[in-house]
Amino acid sequence: MAGYQMKRTARIALAPSVLLLIVGMIVPLATTLWLSFRFYNFMNPTLGGFAGLSNYEFFLTDPAFLQAIINTLLLVGGVLAITVIGGILLGLLFDQPMWGRGIARLLMIAPFFVMPTVSALVWKNMLMHPGYGIFAWIAMKLGLPPVEWLSNYPLLSIILIVAWQWLPFATLIFLTALQSLDHEQQEAARMDGAGPFDRFIYIILPHLGRAITVVILIETIFILAIFAEIFVTTSGGPGYASTNLPYLIYVQALMQFDVGAASAGAIIAVVLANIVAIFAIRLAGRNLTA
Amino acid sequence: MVRAATTGLGWLVALLLFFPILWTVLTSFKTEVEAIAFPPAFWPEGWTLENYFQVQERSEYFSHFLNSVIISLGSTILGMMVAIPAAWSMAFQPGRGTRHVLMWMLSTKMMPAVGALVPIFLIFKSVGLLDNLVGITLILLIGNLPIMVWMLYTYFREIPSDILEAARMDGATTLKELVYVLLPMSLPGVASTMLLNIILAWNESFWTLSLTAVKAAPLTAFIASYSSPQGLFWAKLSAASTLAILPILVVGWISQKQLVRGLTFGAVK
Repeated sequence: MAGYQMKRTARIALAPSVLLLIVGMIVPLATTLWLSFRFYNFMNPTLGGFAGLSNYEFFLTDPAFLQAIINTLLLVGGVLAITVIGGILLGLLFDQPMWGRGIARLLMIAPFFVMPTVSALVWKNMLMHPGYGIFAWIAMKLGLPPVEWLSNYPLLSIILIVAWQWLPFATLIFLTALQSLDHEQQEAARMDGAGPFDRFIYIILPHLGRAITVVILIETIFILAIFAEIFVTTSGGPGYASTNLPYLIYVQALMQFDVGAASAGAIIAVVLANIVAIFAIRLAGRNLTA
Repeated sequence: MVRAATTGLGWLVALLLFFPILWTVLTSFKTEVEAIAFPPAFWPEGWTLENYFQVQERSEYFSHFLNSVIISLGSTILGMMVAIPAAWSMAFQPGRGTRHVLMWMLSTKMMPAVGALVPIFLIFKSVGLLDNLVGITLILLIGNLPIMVWMLYTYFREIPSDILEAARMDGATTLKELVYVLLPMSLPGVASTMLLNIILAWNESFWTLSLTAVKAAPLTAFIASYSSPQGLFWAKLSAASTLAILPILVVGWISQKQLVRGLTFGAVK
């Protein structure tokens, strides 16, 4: 009977976590789904009832929606391109012996720990500010006019800020993966006359395969949900030039009070993230519990 | 020669990446006039601590700081109390459904937070949890719970179950087995799980910006209030920012090795 007893204890031990996640995640999600089919607006309490697909229609035909989808994908793609390529290069660099490597590494990974609202404000006011920022000063030194980063290139600016935060993460993962590289194999390839480029393509890159997948998956999940950086720097503007899906839904719900439309948008965001998540879960399932 | 070149390049890159942080710290010791000087003055002329005092005087900075501490420690400690038994259960008493439960937990983390924003906002509004420390702590606890369970699970699985069984044979109750055998053996794992969650909670911005205003606002939300035009004092902003990021930077540096393992659930070694 000890086995039975044990099973019962195990189930009781698991229950609080499962209950919390059901109540905290699944119930709100189900409610969002339900609300997405209702008329519901804080500003117009008389409106109510079943809305059919009209919220989805409203949200999907809003020109802001298409722009937000494109921006969301550009943001994810841009940051991924910078951080994966840059991360591999920096990983290779910091894998080399150098004086003070430990301290240089600590400085290099620091941006990852800076809270998003701080990094957004620092970049906005002290680096990208066209009047007083460091970038304006560099432009002046080069004899160029200062760039109005956040008003002329809002999405690019946000991509740069987010990439700055995530480049250290990618580097750290690649660095860890590189350290498990078989150095004898490297040496053998060198003896056989393989140049640095060949060694990179045929030995290092395949070895980094799993690390690259992990970086892409984790960053995608976080960057699909970027919010604070946009909230603080551009408020999604000018127009909708830097609005992504989470920010659009936030505006719809908490600033325009259209709960129905915001819920429809949220469901679309969830579907989008789940397409990504399916791949992530598969990978996690294969790599982690096997 | 090669080492000198890589050292030079490595340090150049490291300093470039670190520069915005260094700049913030330096600016926090400047006067407001010096902070917006152009061309920029790299080194503070007078090294004043005035900004640090002003930030507190004008805004009750430390109550926001305290909110950050309460929220991140609170959600982490409560989360561990729930996550440790769950991870123990799945690592040492797996059933047929364990794998599915694990995957389901991970999948909730992949759901974007906006998916739950509207209902949680409405519920919090109706029960008075908006701008409330209990409410925001609860949300962060739920948000980070899957990561805690997963990390602990991966650490627990490396401990041979024979050792736990031996303790049980000696008459230890499940609770004693957990507290006196499992936790001491997996202390590094437990510690890094806690550190990672403190970092995540400290920096969490989506929920704090949507659900807190003044009373319960942690540093993430308080610092964002500087983005309004009337809040634009760069030296003070820098002082507030420096105080906000330094503690977590230290925690991050301490836990950097475990961080890779934690964030990738051990998939990258």
